[in-house]
Amino acid sequence: MTLMGFPILSLIIFAPLIGVVLLLFVDRQSATMAKWVTLVTSGATFLISLPLYWWYDAAQPGFQFVEKIPWIATWGVNYHLGLDGISLFLVLLTTLLTFLAVLGAWTSVEKHTREFMITLLLLEVGMSGVFVALDMFLFFVFWEVMLFPMYFLIGVWGSERRLYAAIKFVVYTMSSSALMLVAILFMYYLNFKATGELSFSVENWYRLNVGLPAQYWLFAAFALAFAVKVPMFPFHTWLPDAHVEAPTAGSVILAGVLLKMGTYGFIRFAMPLFPEATAAATPLLITLSVIGIIYGALVCMVQPDMKKLVAYSSVSHLGFVMLGLFALNEQGVQGSVLQMLNHGISTGGLFLVVGMIYERRHTKAIAEFGGIIKVMPVYSVLFLIIVLSSIGLPSLNGFIGEYLILVGAYRVNPAAAIIAAVAVILAAVYLLWMYQRVFFGVITNPKNLHLKDLPLREVAVLAPLILFIVWVGVYPKPFLDKIGPSVTHFIEMVDTGRMAQQDPMTEPKALTAQRDVPPAEDR
Amino acid sequence: MIPTFSSADFFAILPELIVFIMGMVVLLFDLFGTGRSTRNLAYLTLITLAVAAYAEVLLLGGKLSAFAGILVSDDYSVVFELIFLTVSALTVLVSMRFLEDRHVGFGEYYSLLLFATGGMMIMASTHSLLLIFIGLEILSISSYILCGMMKDDRASAESALKYFLLGAFATGFLLYGVALLYGATGSIDLRDIRNALAAPAVFNNPLVWIGTALILVGFAFKIALVPFHMWTPDVYQGAPTPVTAFLSAGPKAAGFAALVRILIEGLDIMQPEWSQVLWVLAVISMTVGNVMALQQDNIKRMLAYSSIAHAGYILVALVVGGEQGIGGVLFYSFAYAFMNTGAFAILVLASSREKERVTFRDYAGYGYVEPVLGLAMFVFMLSLAGIPLTAGFAGKFQIFKSAIDQGFIWLTIIGVLNSVVSIYYYLRMVVTMYMLPADAESLNTRAQGSVPLYLAITASAAGVLYLGVFPSAWLELTARSVAMLAGR
Repeated sequence: MTLMGFPILSLIIFAPLIGVVLLLFVDRQSATMAKWVTLVTSGATFLISLPLYWWYDAAQPGFQFVEKIPWIATWGVNYHLGLDGISLFLVLLTTLLTFLAVLGAWTSVEKHTREFMITLLLLEVGMSGVFVALDMFLFFVFWEVMLFPMYFLIGVWGSERRLYAAIKFVVYTMSSSALMLVAILFMYYLNFKATGELSFSVENWYRLNVGLPAQYWLFAAFALAFAVKVPMFPFHTWLPDAHVEAPTAGSVILAGVLLKMGTYGFIRFAMPLFPEATAAATPLLITLSVIGIIYGALVCMVQPDMKKLVAYSSVSHLGFVMLGLFALNEQGVQGSVLQMLNHGISTGGLFLVVGMIYERRHTKAIAEFGGIIKVMPVYSVLFLIIVLSSIGLPSLNGFIGEYLILVGAYRVNPAAAIIAAVAVILAAVYLLWMYQRVFFGVITNPKNLHLKDLPLREVAVLAPLILFIVWVGVYPKPFLDKIGPSVTHFIEMVDTGRMAQQDPMTEPKALTAQRDVPPAEDR
Repeated sequence: MIPTFSSADFFAILPELIVFIMGMVVLLFDLFGTGRSTRNLAYLTLITLAVAAYAEVLLLGGKLSAFAGILVSDDYSVVFELIFLTVSALTVLVSMRFLEDRHVGFGEYYSLLLFATGGMMIMASTHSLLLIFIGLEILSISSYILCGMMKDDRASAESALKYFLLGAFATGFLLYGVALLYGATGSIDLRDIRNALAAPAVFNNPLVWIGTALILVGFAFKIALVPFHMWTPDVYQGAPTPVTAFLSAGPKAAGFAALVRILIEGLDIMQPEWSQVLWVLAVISMTVGNVMALQQDNIKRMLAYSSIAHAGYILVALVVGGEQGIGGVLFYSFAYAFMNTGAFAILVLASSREKERVTFRDYAGYGYVEPVLGLAMFVFMLSLAGIPLTAGFAGKFQIFKSAIDQGFIWLTIIGVLNSVVSIYYYLRMVVTMYMLPADAESLNTRAQGSVPLYLAITASAAGVLYLGVFPSAWLELTARSVAMLAGR
């Protein structure tokens, strides 16, 4: 399959903009029209992105579908995109979840529907861009610009404390990424000093051998920005607020995609660019991950609110992803990349199902429910599958990711792996307990007596997620095959970088050759 | 000896000549012209500015000196003068409906605006300290009157008086500094001063240092750097809104234009010293400006404090120096002109004689009442906050990039953190417009449209986005124009 120079990635990024333009011509009052335009646009975007799965050549670990056009020549900024096994599934996840979020939000948006849809599509542009940008400047542009649609989703369409949550979200993210901007500028300067070339290309930056004290500072600046986004303990406090206040579609996207930008940032930028600092920070970050895993799980146990419970479970689950990343071996990192995907699917799914019951009852409090299984059998079954996936039940997707992560972590840090494994049990406790209180028993609250079960639309929203949950759980090989080579390449890059730092005899020249990224092939 | 002038002398100052002569024509036209309509005066002013801008383009790329070297025309002056002309043109567009609505329909307004513009242009295109002073005075006196244009309005009168008193004070400092520098070096020409300072005896003369310090104080007043900023919020709040738009973009840029000439062309041997002073001024201006802006409920006051912070960012570029840094001064001034005037234009459009809308509360739900204008305001706020894809980001990026290149890491970190603080109050505008419910009154008072105002807003938004997405051409032009400064 050859795509001679066809800008498939740009098409995926900017296709939603076509929908935005169309929406501008839709009558403000006509909510249905706006929804259909958005649904078709996001569906088309997903269909355009889907063939990437087949076109992506797993045998070749470098970046594929590369596009590189000079943008701001004075600064050496290029419009530079590319995809590897790590970003492949994140892009697919983005396009899929946006589509499902539109479908899921079909009846729940009560005001300014057209603007809501525009915001959602703009968000999709930013998110896809973040995952395929290979120029740090371009990455930063997508990274920052994408904040604003999310800010509007929370601030305009959120619930009571939406202003507080929206502002907290922006302030946290912006202040942490400001220092990353300084670090980016410093890397740009170092690159210029070393090579004489003005470049923000991450592929060029990979070849730099950054000196030691500088490397620690730069890593810290990058890591802070990404850790807030993940969010790692103790930078997680914006997350529950944002999730609880956001509308369902916002929560789905936030949990499903936005949080992955943090972990993706570590794997694409912070770790390979600063391998020695990564090694030095590993004990700290593993400790924080484990604290996050346990802390998130414990907090979940006492949540009276379903949405808040799911939000805190993200803190715990993302802790697993970070643990796997910093195990820095094949199993750990592969598990992390897969788990990013799994978390997007299962937590995105959880927010969708919680949103469905919220739409019917306008409450998310666990105590308000009980015995729902009798009135909404289909809903209960689908809810259960997603819950089990989130718990990590064998034969469902969560198990594969967590298992790989724990194996990887055990090889480098048995203590951390053992403590983290306890959280798997905790997850079963808090999620099943929540499930039990909501679905089993007798219906005590008369308001729940006449709840309508899921119509076809809502089943259609959940069906792709369920399919994926089972597929990855039973036969993960196609996914791991695509992810594997890129992960191997990532680990090699970090390891060789570290060796070069430790061996003062290594000439920078030799290093350049060693760490050379395989030439990306235009397809 | 009678000095002889050639036509070449006049060609070099063609834009200034056009602006000054037409300033007088506008005044006469008002006297003998077609009755009470100020529209024609506005059109005449716009044509004047356009023709002057065309003359600037003709001068681009040349390096001319006129009248025995007192006045020059190089790319540096051309670029700055284009900025001034842009600011003035936008101000005219913003002013038209405002003046008719408030019945401040005097011909002097446009005439004074042209004189102020001419004064700014002189400041950017001379090597002579005395001419810088004269240019500054032409600018300042015109601005004092412009501030007090609304004669029946107390705040406007207060604004004019305050500006006049403190401005006169600042000018006194400046002039005293010029006198001392002249006493020590024997010249008012920047190039001669530069040569004189090469001699250690002159360099170590305390008069040089006191004179430099006084000049810096004078300019710090004019461009509103902390701690010489006290007048800014009151003056900006009281002045008619279009005048405020002009004041915060035009004279500030002109102050920087002259300051850069003095420091780079005349006093560059003292760079290690003055850059330390400016380092401190930059940090406190950014910080105080942003922190004070956080607490304002009046948008004009908020923008006044924010203009202090922005002066701080520009000062960072001046501290950094070099082609990239000074280029950043020019680029940022241009970017700021668009985003700032745009924001003020919306305030003007939303207000009317019956109802001034200048507090945050007045804009609750504005984004739904006026979707297009709300969106434009959103863009201006993002640009002021320095969010990517806007001119404000490109400007900050250029400044901080050159700061890192020159090793000013702490200055960069302080600057970047400051711009995070500023996000809070710029977003407050966005929160108000989109996330607070509109009250019944504001729903019913839709702004009365005005073509010139829409034009000003469109032009500003286009400028903000163009400079934000494709900054290359302007970045190159500004860097090239700085390379032409004498002494580089």
